[in-house]
Order: sequence, then C-alpha cells, then structure tokens
Amino acid sequence: MTNSQDKKRVDIHSEEFLALLMRRQLKLSAGCAVTFLLALLGLPLMNYYFPELMARRIAGFTLSWFILGILFFPFVWIISYFFIKRSIALEEAEARDVQEK
Amino acid sequence: MDFSKIDPWILIFSLVTVAATIFMGFWTAKKSKTASDFFVAGRSVSVGWNASAISGEYLSAASFMGVAGMVMSSGYDALWYPVCYACGYLFLLLFIAGPLRRFGAYTIPDFAEGRFDSALFRKIAVVFVLFIGFFYTMPQMKGAGTTLAYIFPGLQYWVGVVVVGVVITFNVALGGMKGITLVQAFQYWIKMFAISVPIFVIMSVYGGYGSQLKQNAAPATTTTAVVASQETSPPAAVLRKPLNEKAPVDQTWISPFGPLTTKAAKASNLPPEQTRRYSLIYTYSLIIALVCGTAGLPHILVRFYTNPDGVAAKRTTMWVMILIGVFYVFPPMFGVIGRNLMPELYGVTGVKGTDGIVLKLPVLLREKYGTLGSVLSGITCAGAFAAFMSTFSGLLVSMTGALAHDVYGRILRPKSTPDQRLRAFKISAVVIGVVAILLGTLVENFEINFMVGQAFAIAAASYFPLLFMSVWWRGMTMKGAATGMLTGGLLALGGISLTSFTTFVALMESNFKGKGLAVPGWVLTLKDYSMQGFWVEHPLLRILCEQPAIWAVPSAILLMIVVSKMTSREIPKNVRMKMLVLHAPEKLGLKQEYIQEQASGH
Repeated sequence: MTNSQDKKRVDIHSEEFLALLMRRQLKLSAGCAVTFLLALLGLPLMNYYFPELMARRIAGFTLSWFILGILFFPFVWIISYFFIKRSIALEEAEARDVQEK
Repeated sequence: MDFSKIDPWILIFSLVTVAATIFMGFWTAKKSKTASDFFVAGRSVSVGWNASAISGEYLSAASFMGVAGMVMSSGYDALWYPVCYACGYLFLLLFIAGPLRRFGAYTIPDFAEGRFDSALFRKIAVVFVLFIGFFYTMPQMKGAGTTLAYIFPGLQYWVGVVVVGVVITFNVALGGMKGITLVQAFQYWIKMFAISVPIFVIMSVYGGYGSQLKQNAAPATTTTAVVASQETSPPAAVLRKPLNEKAPVDQTWISPFGPLTTKAAKASNLPPEQTRRYSLIYTYSLIIALVCGTAGLPHILVRFYTNPDGVAAKRTTMWVMILIGVFYVFPPMFGVIGRNLMPELYGVTGVKGTDGIVLKLPVLLREKYGTLGSVLSGITCAGAFAAFMSTFSGLLVSMTGALAHDVYGRILRPKSTPDQRLRAFKISAVVIGVVAILLGTLVENFEINFMVGQAFAIAAASYFPLLFMSVWWRGMTMKGAATGMLTGGLLALGGISLTSFTTFVALMESNFKGKGLAVPGWVLTLKDYSMQGFWVEHPLLRILCEQPAIWAVPSAILLMIVVSKMTSREIPKNVRMKMLVLHAPEKLGLKQEYIQEQASGH
C-alpha cells in the first residue's frame, strides 16, 4: 500500500482516514441507536404520564401491551435492516474511495 | 416418587431430545477439531444454518420457560425482558460486532489482551467470565430441576438439578457438546416448534392472544366464564378460572409498574405516586441492564466469526433478529393463557410454580383431544431440554476454557504439555460443573428470568463499557479499562448478591411456614443478617442494589474515562493501527498488516 507518494491518494494509515471512518460509522450507528432508544426509553415515560391512553384496548390488548409484546419486534427488524444495508454500503464506499482516489 | 404418574409421551419426547443432543454432540465432535466448527464438509457454513445456530444458542431456559413464567406471575412488566433481549442484540450489532469481528478477537479476554497489549488485563477479564457465567448457569439449573420435577412427579428439585448437571458436565469433560453449529441450528428449530405449535392448538380451542387478554378487564374480577368486554362487540366466550388470593389482580397485572417493579416500594408501604416513580427507576435500570448486558455475554460474540466475511456476518445477523423476534412473541402468550386457565400455579413457589407454565399448559388439551395434550406437553419439554442443556453446556465450555486455558495454561503453568492441559480442561470442567450444580440447588425459589437479568446486569456494568469504550475511544488505557470494569462489575455483583441473599432467606422462611413447619433456628439467625429491615427503610437503595445497571454502567464508563485520562501516557503506542483495524473495511487488508507487525515484534 504505497499510497504516500501520490498526494491525491488517501493514506489509509493516516489520522484523517481513521477520523473519517470513525465519524461516519459512529454517525450511522448512533443515528440508529437514538431511533430505537427513543422508542425503548420513551415507552415507560408514556406509561407513566399517559396511563389511560396506554390502557386503551386494541383487539383485546391494551395499547401498551400491543406495543411492547408485538410491535417492538418488527420495529427492531426495520432498524436492523436499515443499518445493515447502510453499513455495507458505507464499507464499500470507503474501500472504493481508497482504491480510486 | 410415584412411577405410575409419569406420562409416557412426555417422557419419550424428553428422552429422545436428550439422547439426540448428546449423540449429535459426540458425533460432530469427532468430525471437528476446533471448539466451534466453522466448516461443514470443507465449505463454510451458510447464512441460514448460521443464523439458526446463533438464534439457537441465544435462546436459553430464560427465553423458553422463564419469560412465560414471569409474564404469568408479574404481567406487563415482564414483557421488557424479551424485547430487551432482542434489542440487546441490535445494540451489539450497531456498536460492537463489526469492529470486534474485524479485530479478530474471539472472546472478551482475547480482545482485552489484544487491544491493550496486556496479558495482565486478559487475566482480569477472565475473572468476570466466571462470575457472569455462574449467574447465568443458575437459571438454567432451575429450568432443569423444574422440568425434571414435572416429568417425574414427586421428584425433588435438587435431584433434577444434580442429574442434568452431572450428565452435561460429563459430556463436556469428555469432549462432547462443543456448541457445534449443526446442533445449535437444530436446537433453534426444536425450540421454535415447541413454543409455537402448542400455542396455536391451544388458541384454536380456547381463544386467541387478544381475547385472552381481554379477560383481564378492570375492575378486578374473580368470576368464572364469560366476562363482557368493554366495547359493544358480543361478550368474549373465553373460559377463565377464578384467581386465588396469591395472584396479582387484573388491574395491576396488565398495567405497567406492576408487581415486578414495585416489590421494594410496596414492602415499605410507600404512597402510590412515589411507588410509581420508584417503579419507573426500576424499569429503566432493568432496560439498561438487559440491553447493555447482551453485548457482554461471553459466549455470544464468538458466533460472529462463523461467517467467511463481514457482509455475510451482517446478513446472518439480520436473520438472527428475525428468528429470535418471531420466537419472543410466543412465550408471553403462555403466560397470558396460563393466567386464565391454570391460575392454581399462583403462589406456589419453586418447582411447581409459574416457571413451569410452558410445560404444563398443553396438558389442558387432554380434555378435548386426549393424547395430543400429552404429546404437545412432551414437545414443550423437549424444547425446554434443548434450551437449558445447550446453554449450560455452552457456558460450561467457555467457563472451563477460561479456567483451563487462561488461569492454568497461562498463569499457573505456562510450560505445561498438551496432555497436562487436557487434564486441566477435564478437571476444570468437573470443578465448574460441581459448583454450578451446588449453586443450582439453592435457587429453587428464584424466578428463572430474574436470575438471567442479574447476570446481564453484571455484564452490563463490566464487559459492555469495556467493549464499547475500547472500540470507539482511542484514549483508553489498560488501567482505565480495568478500573472501570472491575469497579462497575464488582459493585453490581455486590448489590445483587445482597438483595438476592435477603430474598433467599425470606423465601426459605416462607417455605417452612408454608409447609406448616417450625422455622429452624439457623434460618432465623440468617434472617437477622439478611438486612430485611434495612431494605424496608430504604426502598430506593433496595431497588438500586437489585437492579444496579442505572448507576453501575455510567459509573464504569466515567471511571474508565477519568482513569484513562490520568494514565494517558500508557495509551498503546500503535493505537492508531489498532483503531484502523477495528474500523476500516476488511478489504483493505489492515488486519493482515497488523498481524505481521505484531509478529515481527514491531
């Protein structure tokens, strides 16, 4: 990997490259984490501040039970799917950047 | 023990599962040389098999029996467990799995050593493998004791624990049950089948998930049969048996901030508003423990390496999320239906209590369908065996590996021969097995799911901060990491042990009283030391000790940061290279470069 001669190429051993990698990855991971944490940590608050709303019935379930017992799982799948697609694309873009520049 | 009471179908299914598991373990062990086989007939394992195997390994007795039991006993609050088990895996995926896979660390002690170039740190990390491991084996043993006491009515709890424990320990010591991919994949499908098919049959007879829940209408009711629903639709025709006075009332059971999270506050007779607030704290602490603790489970991480490349690993993870998510919808159903149809289990502690609902519920079908009820119960027993046997053996293997490989092989006798190491492995397996069995006999009255939650809390306060901070912050030093990990982990362990001891003594006392016996003197003495009065006066402390994650995890992270900054001169010299290996795409070959550098003593 003798990139250091060509100034236009990305030096994969450099501080800048590392910082770029970590920043992008952290952004993606943190973004996904925040989304699901909002739901996960928000639900107890909803239960605390709006108990009547959360006790309303849907098809026999209380709303709160329906969310926690069933809806949460597809929600997690969607976030996983999104993250996996994006992170694979991100990795490929990173690898391409290095080899093309 | 009354042999005539043994149900033949239940016995047959259980024996077949046990025999098949042991047989497959030995058969495939002959074919593979490594602790976790990555190849089948020379090719690497496909995403489908791998995802099934990971999911299979993930679902322990807690997932299979414990969640259902806890939903039945405690209601809504217990739902956090399966959701957080699944979310924990997501958390792992988002922050830890990719970098660790790129780094190539197969276990946490491996990572500890590699990231900080410290053999000492490896040894420190190994300690927690054992602590967390034992907390995780105890619920499996409870599952074993419960299941065996069910199959053989009249069998004492401890006998079941000893029998299963001995069988598996022997198995591991003799080289079988190494967590082989095929076996684990098979286990997932047994469990999935066992948890879903009986439920579908039961629901077709007794009514669906929603209609069962509809029965839990406020205000509290203890009447049988039809309870009119609140809406204008015709009354639900779901059968419901009367609850005894030990069961939580409808309103409390179906609502958040119920029996699980308000124990301490209720014991101190706090006013309702304060009880709710404390319950909220408990809930958050529980969530943090379960979500962060997954990342710290020693035996889960290794599964990320059984794919040939990072992309396949990620796809596998997607499937794992689906497989475990689909699974987790079902156990709560057992709890809900169990409340309506088998409420006699309420208030019965130990082996015959709610923890056994998954095994017992299908038996109801005997009324209508005769043998089918027994067959389905046999199937759930098979699932239970698959669950606790595979988890216990997996734990035993990783704990034995840590003890034999790290403690004996590297600390005590670094110059030992392979033969000596093999012997050390066998002896370690027996030692750990015996300790696990002994501990297992003590936990008859603890809920399976609760104990797993505690193991997670310790992992959350020790391993999770280690992994997360080491992957994303280059300023970590070995001393910082060690201080944080030890403090968080040991403090969490301490808090949990204190509250568990109190609970243990209290349950023992009520056990004697329940049987109409006089409480022995030694129990009363223990009671004096068990801090019961202290907890009643300080309910918040009790909550924070029982569920320490909410303070232990941030403390560990904070300590890591502070101590690392203080010792910043000791940051590994090649930290940039290490971070690059953790984060750069595998294609760029930085890992190979890194290995060469290390090998040449760079």
